[in-house]
Amino acid sequence: MKSFLPIVIVVAALAAVPLVVQSNVVLNFLIVALMIALAGQGWNILGGYGGQYSFGHAAFFGTGAYTTAILQVHYGVNAWLGFLAGVVAGSAVGGVIGGLAFRAGLRSSYFALVTLAFAEVLRIFASVAPITGAGVGLLIKLDLHPQAFQFRSRAIFYLIILALVAVSLIIAQALERSRFGVWLVAVRENEDAAMALGVNATAIKIAAMVISAAVTAAAGCFYVQYFLFVDAPIGYGAWISIEALLTPIIGGAGTVFGALVGALVVKSIGEGAKFLTGDIPGLDLMTFGAVLVLVIAFAPRGLVGTLIDAREALARRFVSSRKIAEGTARG
Amino acid sequence: MLSAPILISAIVNGLLTGSIYALVALGLTLIYGVLHIINFAHGALLSAALFAAFFVYQKAGIDPYLAIFLLAPAFFGLGYALQCLVIGPASRGDERAMLLATLGLAVLIENALLYAFRADTRTIDLPYAFKTVDLAFTFVAVPRLISFAVVFVVALALWLIMTLTDTGKAIRAVAKEKLGAELAGIDVTHIYAMTFGLGTACVAIAACLLIPTYYVNPSAGNAFVLIAFTIVVLGGMGSVPGALIGGLVIGVVESLGGFFFGESLGQAGIFLIFIAVLLIRPRGLFGATA
Repeated sequence: MKSFLPIVIVVAALAAVPLVVQSNVVLNFLIVALMIALAGQGWNILGGYGGQYSFGHAAFFGTGAYTTAILQVHYGVNAWLGFLAGVVAGSAVGGVIGGLAFRAGLRSSYFALVTLAFAEVLRIFASVAPITGAGVGLLIKLDLHPQAFQFRSRAIFYLIILALVAVSLIIAQALERSRFGVWLVAVRENEDAAMALGVNATAIKIAAMVISAAVTAAAGCFYVQYFLFVDAPIGYGAWISIEALLTPIIGGAGTVFGALVGALVVKSIGEGAKFLTGDIPGLDLMTFGAVLVLVIAFAPRGLVGTLIDAREALARRFVSSRKIAEGTARG
Repeated sequence: MLSAPILISAIVNGLLTGSIYALVALGLTLIYGVLHIINFAHGALLSAALFAAFFVYQKAGIDPYLAIFLLAPAFFGLGYALQCLVIGPASRGDERAMLLATLGLAVLIENALLYAFRADTRTIDLPYAFKTVDLAFTFVAVPRLISFAVVFVVALALWLIMTLTDTGKAIRAVAKEKLGAELAGIDVTHIYAMTFGLGTACVAIAACLLIPTYYVNPSAGNAFVLIAFTIVVLGGMGSVPGALIGGLVIGVVESLGGFFFGESLGQAGIFLIFIAVLLIRPRGLFGATA
């Protein structure tokens, strides 16, 4: 249980924020950042731990958002049930795409392409199909009651997305400590060698994709409850595929806190860029692109990964200097 | 409604549009063949080239077809520099890092264009843009006919470079066996950058051919590149004849698909072909190995 302690501390610290800060602007910023952290944590499970770089996680985000919205708007289903159904639908889409792609043996560039293509197909269908509201999108009726998953206070939305992020952190931590997680990392490091040792790489990757899709879909479900609107460019647009990938890469792919740190950094940079030069379209994403290239060049393991490396290097130096000291004492 | 002349003109138009797709795909397949990554910055570079062609005509009055001789070398240099100074050093040869670096560049370039020129769509007016010629069985727009011819000249030139020059031989050697080529004294960093430059030059030429009849905005290139991905996969990644034939096939499929099912579903059809090819025969119709 000791390994879960950092998660408890971080989540408790974040949960205290609404007690100190009442500003809606700050809370809104944090809610959006945590939502992106959740989407990114989904990507991190497949991309960070499994090494399978998806360029189309929008497929899961959008499926989650649309399922939640469609069930409420067209079928009058309760929002909380809609939320659950959205997560299930997202993971099902993940299972289908993962099953097709990994069974066909697609790797690296090919996998990135096929995920991108699936997200695009879904986007095109969502922008013409009547059930998704076609070009207009879907608007969820305003109904500010807890049973409708709508709240007057942003603090409650904040605590809900924080709870979802906490669950995603626990999933990643449990993954790191499980046999499944070790197999997944083995597949990332050397798929052929892992298979030679008897790891069923295809099954492992598909399972990772299902979990990954469920987490990112949850972010989509939350999006639609928070903004009460979804259309094709939002749900299945490239922006979410990029942000879901950007946050763990910048924060540290294959680490528990990578996506959370990355999301806070990325969103701060975005807001900072807007603050400095006014709200000119393109500027925030432009900086994201530059930051992505810089991180790959100078901190390939991301911010958290670089910190872990530095700590380990420091520990090694401490141990070796103590050994030298012991050696001289004995000599 | 479904008469032969309409069908024929849809096919001919598809072939002509397909030739430009083929050119964009040619650049992509060339880069894949040597660097073994999909260049996700290809679309953003095409948008940048469209802007370049637009402003060269608008500010200097240079005809887009003549601008080829200006922009192709300029974008060759740009591609060379990007690979040599950004993608190569940032990724240190790691495939996943290279993919991410091209994605980062794509986001950077596309949004820099958005920042500089806003989302407005621009077009240029050429006196001959709407002239047509009578091919006996159908009418064809002059710019499309010119671009069809130019694409084949470019493909031929590329083929000559690849077979006759030392650089071409070195590129083919690196594509086949990188380590062996390195041991034989080939400067792989230089060859990577040359290849990236050639691929980017293809994009610049495609932009010059497109601008007379097409429009430009910061994301204009993306539509072509998603199609180019399909072509490259269909034709076999790294295969030059595959890219050419795949381009023509996709051009016709899109034209007929749009004719029968409407424009946006015609596009979805292309992606479905793409996914089907990826899943069933990922090495494509002409690719040797996956």
